[in-house]
Amino acid sequence: MSADAAHARKLRIVQAAHSKPGRFRDAHITMAHGAGGSSTQTLIEGLLLPTLQGERLAELADAGTMALAGGTLAISTDSFVVKPIRFPGGSIGELAVNGTVNDLAVCGARACALTLSMILEEGLDAVELRAEVTAVAASAERAEVEVISGDTKVVERGHADGMYICTTGVGLVDARARLSTAGLTPGDHVLVSGPVGSHGMAIMLARGQFSIEAPIESDTAPLWPAVDALLDAAGPDVHCMRDATRGGVASALNELARASLVGVVIHETDVPVEAAVSAAAELLGIDPLYVANEGRLLAFVAPTSAGAALAALRAVPGCERATDIGEVVAEPEGMVLVDPGFGGRRVLDMLAGDPLPRIC
Amino acid sequence: MRFSHEYRDGALGRGLAAELPALVAPGRTYKLMEVCGGHTHAIYRYGIQELLPDGVELVHGPGCPVCVLPMGRVDDAITLAREQDVILACFGDMMRVPGSLGTLLEAKALGADVRMVYSPLDALRIARENPGRQVVFFAIGFETTAPSTALTLRRARDEGIANFSCLCSHVLIEPPLRALLDSPDLTLDGFVGPGHVATVVGAGAFGFIPRDYAKPVVVSGFEPLDVLQSIRMLLAQLASGRCEVEIQYTRVVTWEGNPRALAAMEEVFELREHFEWRGLGSLPRSALRVSEAYSAHDAERRFALPGVQIADPRECQCGEVLRGVIKPWECRVFGTACTPERAIGACMVSPEGACAAYYSYGRHAREPEVV
Repeated sequence: MSADAAHARKLRIVQAAHSKPGRFRDAHITMAHGAGGSSTQTLIEGLLLPTLQGERLAELADAGTMALAGGTLAISTDSFVVKPIRFPGGSIGELAVNGTVNDLAVCGARACALTLSMILEEGLDAVELRAEVTAVAASAERAEVEVISGDTKVVERGHADGMYICTTGVGLVDARARLSTAGLTPGDHVLVSGPVGSHGMAIMLARGQFSIEAPIESDTAPLWPAVDALLDAAGPDVHCMRDATRGGVASALNELARASLVGVVIHETDVPVEAAVSAAAELLGIDPLYVANEGRLLAFVAPTSAGAALAALRAVPGCERATDIGEVVAEPEGMVLVDPGFGGRRVLDMLAGDPLPRIC
Repeated sequence: MRFSHEYRDGALGRGLAAELPALVAPGRTYKLMEVCGGHTHAIYRYGIQELLPDGVELVHGPGCPVCVLPMGRVDDAITLAREQDVILACFGDMMRVPGSLGTLLEAKALGADVRMVYSPLDALRIARENPGRQVVFFAIGFETTAPSTALTLRRARDEGIANFSCLCSHVLIEPPLRALLDSPDLTLDGFVGPGHVATVVGAGAFGFIPRDYAKPVVVSGFEPLDVLQSIRMLLAQLASGRCEVEIQYTRVVTWEGNPRALAAMEEVFELREHFEWRGLGSLPRSALRVSEAYSAHDAERRFALPGVQIADPRECQCGEVLRGVIKPWECRVFGTACTPERAIGACMVSPEGACAAYYSYGRHAREPEVV
């Protein structure tokens, strides 16, 4: 066998190992299991899915759906443990609403009701608590969703970092939506709704660990207006949408390439990134494609409707810098490639390890 | 962003690449070693190998500081963190490097106080903020990072921060290069020289390579255009029969290096008689320890460390990868048992490690199968 053939054979073996569902073999939970990358995926595929065995759960969409007499109900739940609880551009209360309504939105459902569960640490300043409850109320009003049920628990000092919040949202899937995590089709264009990486970088700098000061604000915002515009412009030609949160755009693309058994090619020089985010990421040696977003979606749109979808997206306030950043290809299956604008191509893998704990 | 994006211009890169075939003799192969892990990273990130003419092959060198640390050294750090109740501060890459006792990340999950820092000064700040705790900085790296450790130790002494010490694992660039050049199982035609080390030691410090081994060196920057231009300069030297040290990274590197950085290293460190390298074995006078004058801040003197020599796992071929004898994908556990998430060897951990760079960025290059 020639060296090239041996190489190709080895790469096929490696790719086969890479595409197998992860086996959860770790003896302990580490922060990497919460980072939204490959360790999180292994925890889900290797422990949660095989134990819970839900067919709809196995789709690993941002929200679960079930058919009811009057339509399809979407449900999503999310916990928020961000540290610090206030950061430039937002706070935990705002995230707790936007995070859950966005998970519903990218599944084509406008949130109609939320539950709010709070775990508070003994000694939490009432002023801080009041501010966060107010932030929840204001964000819910902005997203036009009502909090209809809730719960509070208090734990001893030292057992929670101020406060944790869990929200669950429900909504009806819009009649225009034909979305699926397995829906990516070769030829689809990949749209991103604005500059990426701002939320994660804002949190990282807000921790004051790096002595870097930069005017970076979280992008936390409700995504329904963007989803609404996309569905209006392209309807069933929008094959899938994803909220690119933990693990960033890179991890979201990998999850979908795997679920749809297709490849994705991203043109790196087209990916919008705020200048300050790009500079901070460069200094810290982090690729913005792995940094979390809280108000950015990826949409996969059939080529005939991609132009109209992009134009519609750009007309939505906050999405003016939406961009077409790549396309879906048939091969290599389950893999994301980046064209760095330099001739060659490279693999864009899932996030490995944990560069940025507790961002949401 | 200015001063980096200019050096990533794709059109300029393709222009440079187009000049290379004219410098290559038909049928001849050229093996060029990029010494530094930073170069390995850039080569895979920008797909530079794909731009090179047939016959020009890049071999990855031993210049990844995380990769060359032996397992015993990682065990020392884990023992410190687990048993001595210290705050152990280290760079992020170090946290996932496996020793025989697991990784620092796992030690942290079990309660050890391990903190990721971006600079030794961050570790010193932790010591200032925790006067009741011992804080140990796990110092790694070549001459590139040794000066910042030296200045931090100097500041700790000047400010009287008694609870701060350093587990010094700094290494030097010349001994492993000599070991490689002396080894019979590797034939190289030239070196892409380490730009960041050279900012400290000066390009002149690589004069031994053309002088003693008759191989050309071009000290290179880390952006893709830097690396391509350095390859062009090496091929031009080989084509014209020249053999010398040249500087491509002129915006940063001088012949003399940085005298103040060298003086700080001289003051704070002394040479170790021997140091164990992963893949290269024990090399004489190849690493630094904290000098007598700074012994109060030396973790090796302050704490009892196991200091045990641990053999690499039998299936791990990091040593051969580090010596450039095999390519990452030729390792028997590459990408199957050994992945960035669950690494067996250190080369799969650091983004500068050849295996991690290849796994993360390069593994799609699918040549047609010829049977």
